[in-house]
Amino acid sequence: MKVELVNLTKRWGNVVGADHITLEIEHGEFVAFLGPSGCGKTTTLLMIAGIYKPTEGLIKFDGKVVNHLAPKDRNIGMVFQSYALYPHMNVLQNIGYPLKLKGVPKQEIRKRVQQVANMMGIGHLLDRKPAQLSGGQQQRVALGRALVKQPDLLLFDEPLSNLDARLRLSMRSEIKRLQLELGITSIYVTHDQVEAMTMADRIAVMKDGKLQAYCPPDELYDRPRTLFIAGFVGNPPMNFINVEVVQEDGEYHARAEGFDLVVPSERGEKAAGRGRVIMGVRPEDVCLADDGIPGEIYVVEPLGRDDLLNVRIGEASIHVLADPTLNLRIGDTVRLRFNTHKVQFFDPQTENSLLWTD
Amino acid sequence: METTTIETGRLYGLKRILGSATAYFLLILSILPILVGYAWLLIATFSYRTEGLFPIDAQGNIGGWTLRNWSFLTDPQIWRVTLNSLGIALGMVVGVGFVSSLAGYGLSRMNFPGRKAFLSLTLLLHAFPSVTLLIAIFFVLKFISKIPGLGPLFGYNTLGGVALVMVSLELPLGVWLMKGFFDNISWDVERAALIDGASRFRVWWEIILPQIKPGLAALAIFNFLSGWSAFLIPFTFTVGSKVANLPVYLRQLMSETAPTNWNQIAAVGLFQLIPVLIFFLFTQELLLNIYTGGAKGGV
Ligand SMILES: Nc1ncnc2c1ncn2[C@@H]1O[C@H](COP(=O)(O)OP(=O)(O)OP(=O)(O)O)[C@@H](O)[C@H]1O
Ligand SMILES: [Mg+2]
Repeated sequence: MKVELVNLTKRWGNVVGADHITLEIEHGEFVAFLGPSGCGKTTTLLMIAGIYKPTEGLIKFDGKVVNHLAPKDRNIGMVFQSYALYPHMNVLQNIGYPLKLKGVPKQEIRKRVQQVANMMGIGHLLDRKPAQLSGGQQQRVALGRALVKQPDLLLFDEPLSNLDARLRLSMRSEIKRLQLELGITSIYVTHDQVEAMTMADRIAVMKDGKLQAYCPPDELYDRPRTLFIAGFVGNPPMNFINVEVVQEDGEYHARAEGFDLVVPSERGEKAAGRGRVIMGVRPEDVCLADDGIPGEIYVVEPLGRDDLLNVRIGEASIHVLADPTLNLRIGDTVRLRFNTHKVQFFDPQTENSLLWTD
Repeated sequence: METTTIETGRLYGLKRILGSATAYFLLILSILPILVGYAWLLIATFSYRTEGLFPIDAQGNIGGWTLRNWSFLTDPQIWRVTLNSLGIALGMVVGVGFVSSLAGYGLSRMNFPGRKAFLSLTLLLHAFPSVTLLIAIFFVLKFISKIPGLGPLFGYNTLGGVALVMVSLELPLGVWLMKGFFDNISWDVERAALIDGASRFRVWWEIILPQIKPGLAALAIFNFLSGWSAFLIPFTFTVGSKVANLPVYLRQLMSETAPTNWNQIAAVGLFQLIPVLIFFLFTQELLLNIYTGGAKGGV
């Protein structure tokens, strides 16, 4: 099913939950809503589900406006962060409830629930109550309940945030595989950018109720349109340095105190002559090299595979990944080389990208 | 070395026994007056006269047991008033339970104009002592009596009328209590049910109500007890013995002219107490569970 949101807005008095959100989701697409806590992801999702009435704007399913359709008439499956299982029903009744409401005969319900439960690997738990299940098992029941009625649209509201890291990883790929197999249009709300990057076909980044960007993951990563997106997407987050870009002898230099970097002209020319701009560079695009810019190590955080160094060059503080076997210490001087083909430039006032705004 | 540990172990055990013994002693001491009261009541019902806890016969010697006081059990009247008491109690359980669980749900889950005002008004109503309303209620019941159809069911001097008044006086508290229980149910579960395809009413009935069973049970128990032992309302709004309930019957035994047989009154009192005691025996676990924090378990 194709989903369209047109200027979708939700307000409570002067609290704004979602602010003029417009986007399209193609049939079978997997879209992630990504944003920090309180940015309106759940609000938007609940409007699509029909729980919240939009203050303004339209929701269209396959071109038809569904604003006034009750939740039960939208044929949606939803998985909640809290699982929202019915505590007084066992697994069979929980998963079978949507079918029972549709008036499916008992035998048929049992058969279909068993089928879905087997697919989710919880086929042997059918007569347990939710309180007798582990978090991961409850999560599967919730997923089974959303899938059993063969919905046209699947909504996930941070379904994995209550699971431990390992389970989260395996559930992540499992959900992705299921979605691909069943081809159900899906919206997946998360504030975990790794989840969004790995699972989604397209990511809608939200902030303060507004849609910041809506594009495929790699574009979000390589061509961030705002300072917010650049800082939010990627782990460890992008480094930001206040620089001034000047043209000298046909070359573009990004300069700050103790810092002079030659940048490619197709990037540099867009940032030159504007006074102070913000240069962004990802930690993985910085490396230690003998011919680099010198700086002093301020903090060393061991991450296991790498050490995350916080290096000070003048006033700038830059995160770099380094080989732990180098045994670097606080106070050591290191030299940094920047991959200038990946640097970003932002306007400090508007916080928009100077490279990717059209 | 070993002996000392055994010694201290023994000492420890002794200390524990002493500790719990003190606790029991204090507990027994504090409920002693109540126990004595019950014992007195029980003894009194089987004797002609009592002096202190001891039954005495006409000569003033200890003895003189009798079943005379229980002869009221053969009077068909007692069974009618018992049935009336039961009717009022069950009427309250059903009436208050039904209305407050619906109203509580609405007030907890739905937003409508006047919701806040309604809530504070209900609380205010609950603060009103019902005695102050007796005269006004009398006129209301008289008015209902005149309505054809409803009059014989809920008018003045009818069981229905008494139950109606008791239910309405209990509703403010019941609605608030239920609203509190509904407030504790997660929104997500309700939303999930709506998305699964349930109507609002079905969500209330199949998803929410089962989760507040302990709350409903508590409300039912309290209402049963207050209906079973109701005196003021039935006494005020009934005349004669046809619609009297047990407490009113008890009052009627205290005649103003003839000397009162207090031992018979004790017997009727005990008779009224028996169902309550049995009831408590079976529900005390549930009641305790409610007092110590309401619904437990669940997700
Ligand atoms: N029922 C409500 N009444 C008033 N304000 C609300 C209501 N629900 C949400 N809000 C507000 O709307 C904004 C968006 O909330 P929302 O729940 O959509 O955030 P979210 O992106 O899902 O955050 P999280 O990641 O923490 O779940 C918040 O500022 C919140 O306080
Ligand atoms: Mg949320």
